[in-house]
Amino acid sequence: MSLALPSASPRRRAASIPLLLFAGSVALYLAAALWTRSFNQLDIGGIVGLMQRMVALGTVALGQTFVILCASIDLSVASLISVGAVLASFIMRGDPAMMLPAVAAVLAVSAAVGIVNGFVIAKLEVSPLIATLGSGLVMQGVLSAKFTDFTGSVPPAFEAIAYGTLGPLPWSVLGLFGFALASSWLLRNTRFGAHLYAVGGNAAGARLAGIRTGQVTIAAHVLCSLFAGMTGLYLASRLRSGAPWIGRDGVYDLESIAVVVIGGTLLSGGRGGVWGTMAGVLLFAVIDAAFNMLGVPAFPKQVLRGAIVIAAVAVYSVRSRGHVA
Amino acid sequence: MTVALKERTPRPRFADLSRQVNIGVAVFVVLYAAIAFRQPSYVEPAGVMNFLRRAAPLAILASGQLFVIVSGGFDLSVGSLVTLVVIGASMMTGGDPALTWGAIGALYAMGLAVGLLNGVAVAYLKVPSIIATLGMLLSVDGVAMMWSGGSPRGYLPENFRAFGRFVFRDVPGVGLLPLSVIVLAVVTLLAWWGLHGTVFGRRVFAVGDNPRAAELAGVRVDLTRIAAFILSALSAVTAGILLGGFAGVSTDVGHGLELQAIAACVIGGAQLMGGRGSVVGVVFGALSLFALFTLLNLVGLPQALRDTAQGLILIFAVASGAYRQRTGG
Repeated sequence: MSLALPSASPRRRAASIPLLLFAGSVALYLAAALWTRSFNQLDIGGIVGLMQRMVALGTVALGQTFVILCASIDLSVASLISVGAVLASFIMRGDPAMMLPAVAAVLAVSAAVGIVNGFVIAKLEVSPLIATLGSGLVMQGVLSAKFTDFTGSVPPAFEAIAYGTLGPLPWSVLGLFGFALASSWLLRNTRFGAHLYAVGGNAAGARLAGIRTGQVTIAAHVLCSLFAGMTGLYLASRLRSGAPWIGRDGVYDLESIAVVVIGGTLLSGGRGGVWGTMAGVLLFAVIDAAFNMLGVPAFPKQVLRGAIVIAAVAVYSVRSRGHVA
Repeated sequence: MTVALKERTPRPRFADLSRQVNIGVAVFVVLYAAIAFRQPSYVEPAGVMNFLRRAAPLAILASGQLFVIVSGGFDLSVGSLVTLVVIGASMMTGGDPALTWGAIGALYAMGLAVGLLNGVAVAYLKVPSIIATLGMLLSVDGVAMMWSGGSPRGYLPENFRAFGRFVFRDVPGVGLLPLSVIVLAVVTLLAWWGLHGTVFGRRVFAVGDNPRAAELAGVRVDLTRIAAFILSALSAVTAGILLGGFAGVSTDVGHGLELQAIAACVIGGAQLMGGRGSVVGVVFGALSLFALFTLLNLVGLPQALRDTAQGLILIFAVASGAYRQRTGG
């Protein structure tokens, strides 16, 4: 069965881009560290710090990879992250006994949002951009109407998600790589993964081949929303509380799409994979770290960051022969 | 032969037009009626004019965005460009009325550059417009912050603010006539003529509908796309100049406007991914959105729920459009 997975060419393409990105990011990081003589960035602590920069964006981007692979997109993740973080700290209010109910509530809400997104896209045939833009606005509006500032707090035990370590490695970093491995397995070795590529590559063909395309799309959106909810939980743990603007301030919607595309996944679906996305996240983390080492002030950093997003995608898109809009 | 062409084309176009206008106009009429019901002064000429004055920037932004959407792309950079225009204007003039016209020229030049860069990134570097204009959004926002040092100071000279504020009095028929409504009318007419009355407009539709076919038919797809992005950026500068007149100088004047402009296009019946849309529909889409905001204000809903209502109306507009298409409407 797994032999029938999308033919070799997307794989090969998907394999070369992550490696290139990874090598480029490492080179950039080394160059920045050596140039500024910040040798402490090269020891274990520095590397772990770099990986910690990847956690939040990486978790959202993993989810975004699923929806983009099936030719959809999710602009509601930033709002959902805020909802997750606020909901978690609002339910916990510093009480360790409420940790499990809070996590369960956040994941349930996330799954529900994913189902609604998927349903509106697959069954009502609303363009995914509009559907998720709309659901994001709905969530953001309700959240901002109800909460205006940091709300509640998480108990110290919950902060372990962001601050606890296993040996030198933080739990959060291990979790991210665990999720990446699981996602990669899901895409490569399961029927769902094969169906996802099929729906993204050619929805009409997939339907004719007997795949229930609507269900695949809905499942991808549920996964994406769950990842966004978990990002919210992580941010609540890191910030020790949740505020209704943390998702939007992190620009997680647009940045997660950017890293997925930089990682070689086609916006039109059907091609790409998890490791490209992870390499894209690494590149973003390295750029952040390098700017810090070089002491670039916040605003020029943002200007450069925008240019880098375009340049990073242009590096390989410029060779594509078809039309792009 | 040209005669035959002329006879054949208007009919389907008119059918298209009427079908699209219906969504935006219908939504607008319903919302505006609801407003008038709550606040009868909105039916008087002065009330209508005041409504149009405040809705003008969004409508202008949306009619520029429409060119990009019809050509098959998105322009997410317009909101940040509006912010840059307002901040740039206050930094360049420093409140000196003598510098206003020079500053306006410089602002349009900046808009031209931003649109050109967007277009080049999409047409030649083949970066999907959603990513290209998102990168531009980040960069332009960064430039605006750098320029103002993060905390905008200074104020706009009175003659600069006049574009958004000035009102002609004792105009026959309507009484009050705000300058920004005239600007809106001129921009709408220009956009309508450009998209529906020129060869260029036809090319934009052709490129958005099927770029490969357009290319084979001899259309310069690259130049058409670049022109669409430039028009969108120039409309953002115009909207920014108007907004500067009544919103004042801050780093978040343009925040979220790009999504509102896209929403207005969608409510007005434009098809995302290109090939379909009309200026009239989109202007009414923008007015609908603004009417919705006004209505929510009147009803006394918290400001934040504006977003929620906007999200719901957006999904509803597109879902009903998709439903009508499925059922062969």
